[in-house]
Amino acid sequence: MDRFGNFLKSLTLSEMRKGLGVTGRYLFKRKLTVQYPEEKTPQSNRFRGLHALRRYPNGEERCIACKLCEAVCPALAITIEAEERADGTRRTTRYDIDLFKCIYCGFCEESCPVDSIVETRNFEYTFENRGENVMTKEMLLEIGDKYEEQIARDRMADAAYR
Amino acid sequence: MVEFWELIREPVFIVLKIVAIVAPLMLAVAYLTYAERKIIGYMQVRIGPNRVGPRGWLQPIADALKLLMKEIIVPGNSDRFLFLIAPMLSLAPALAAWAVLPFTDTLVLADIDASLLYILALTSMGVYGVIIAGWATNSKYAFLGAMRSAAQIVSYEIAMGFALVGVLIAGGSLNLREIVLAQQGSLLHWFWLPLFPLFIIYFISSVAETNRAPFDVAEGESEIVAGFHVEYSGMAFAVFFLAEYANMILLATLAALMFLGGWLSPFEGTWVESWFTWVPGVFWLLAKTSLFLFFYLWLRATFPRYRYDQIMRLGWKVFIPITIVWLVLEGAAVVADIGPWFD
Repeated sequence: MDRFGNFLKSLTLSEMRKGLGVTGRYLFKRKLTVQYPEEKTPQSNRFRGLHALRRYPNGEERCIACKLCEAVCPALAITIEAEERADGTRRTTRYDIDLFKCIYCGFCEESCPVDSIVETRNFEYTFENRGENVMTKEMLLEIGDKYEEQIARDRMADAAYR
Repeated sequence: MVEFWELIREPVFIVLKIVAIVAPLMLAVAYLTYAERKIIGYMQVRIGPNRVGPRGWLQPIADALKLLMKEIIVPGNSDRFLFLIAPMLSLAPALAAWAVLPFTDTLVLADIDASLLYILALTSMGVYGVIIAGWATNSKYAFLGAMRSAAQIVSYEIAMGFALVGVLIAGGSLNLREIVLAQQGSLLHWFWLPLFPLFIIYFISSVAETNRAPFDVAEGESEIVAGFHVEYSGMAFAVFFLAEYANMILLATLAALMFLGGWLSPFEGTWVESWFTWVPGVFWLLAKTSLFLFFYLWLRATFPRYRYDQIMRLGWKVFIPITIVWLVLEGAAVVADIGPWFD
């Protein structure tokens, strides 16, 4: 009897019709598409996008060249060279991030003792020539200056959980 | 001068008629791809193409332009002549078959006696394009795709042929126009009702014949990359694409003609019939064809690909026995004069 039931079930295509019913219903469902350049999905304040190097309010760069970020970076994307400056402080002479190697894990930001290297919310950037994927210290500082307000606000919002 | 005109009048008119059929067909193919992307998109709760032109209406034009601009790459160890002629071999039958399709009672390019036989012969030719493409490419994926497609089309051709025999018996003619006229009366006089199993089998076989999902093992992108057309690019690929969609439209139109009464109004024989007398017959034919085309897309959006042995089992062990049984029943019905279809 069970075999006959199965036979009848497949002969009448009942499961096929059920499947068609599902797709048929979905045809009229509200569409979930986000029209990207015009519409955007909400972002978390922990969003990990393009990197930046921050400064203190007096304009002094935060980075002290401790190289913790270079050490923790799982993709070996960060290259740092450091030297003593004329005033006796330790500063970087070179701070490169290869964005092709970077996996945007955020470890550099977590490891940083002075909150210097951070990841901003910017994920919309492109390269048109070879070599542009390597962000130098100057470029990173510039990004930091540009987004400082937003960066500071995001760190503040997350401060209680860090 | 007048004599010369008399001489070329006939050929010129035939060419004009061919253009009048093929040009809208190509446009229909272009917008069928648009409809496919839109409908499948909607069934997947997304919007589909909407960037080129208002609501994406120019998308197929942009696609066609892109394919025209692209380079046709001929693989090094392929048979160059066969490689380039294969797409044409698959497109030509799909277009030639349109010669005998009646659009209304009087509107038909070539009203030949055995038009259904002609169509059966031509649609079977389409598989040569696929086989030759797979062979000429000289790639194992293409060859596997071609072999699968050949075996599949041959086995489904039989079930489809039997389904058409059922239509022949019911219509009492090999001429498509007369087959449609035999369905006159009302919606219930159409052959879908007395030949219901054959109707379903014809439609499923036609999906398999055109190598469409869920029977698209010939392409099977997850298994053999793209099957017979892996190495095709640019316009050569586009011609295969055109052939596939032209075949879809052809088989959908045939289904409309043979099972849904072609250009006959669905309101025939009911009390609202007089309201719709102003609607031209072509409209009904196009509406019925669109219905079948929608089903093609619906099936593609719903079902995963059949396994190869399941396809063979379905064709040989399910469809062919059912069609044979139904042919016997139908023969008995004809002998017994069971109305309104078989009297």
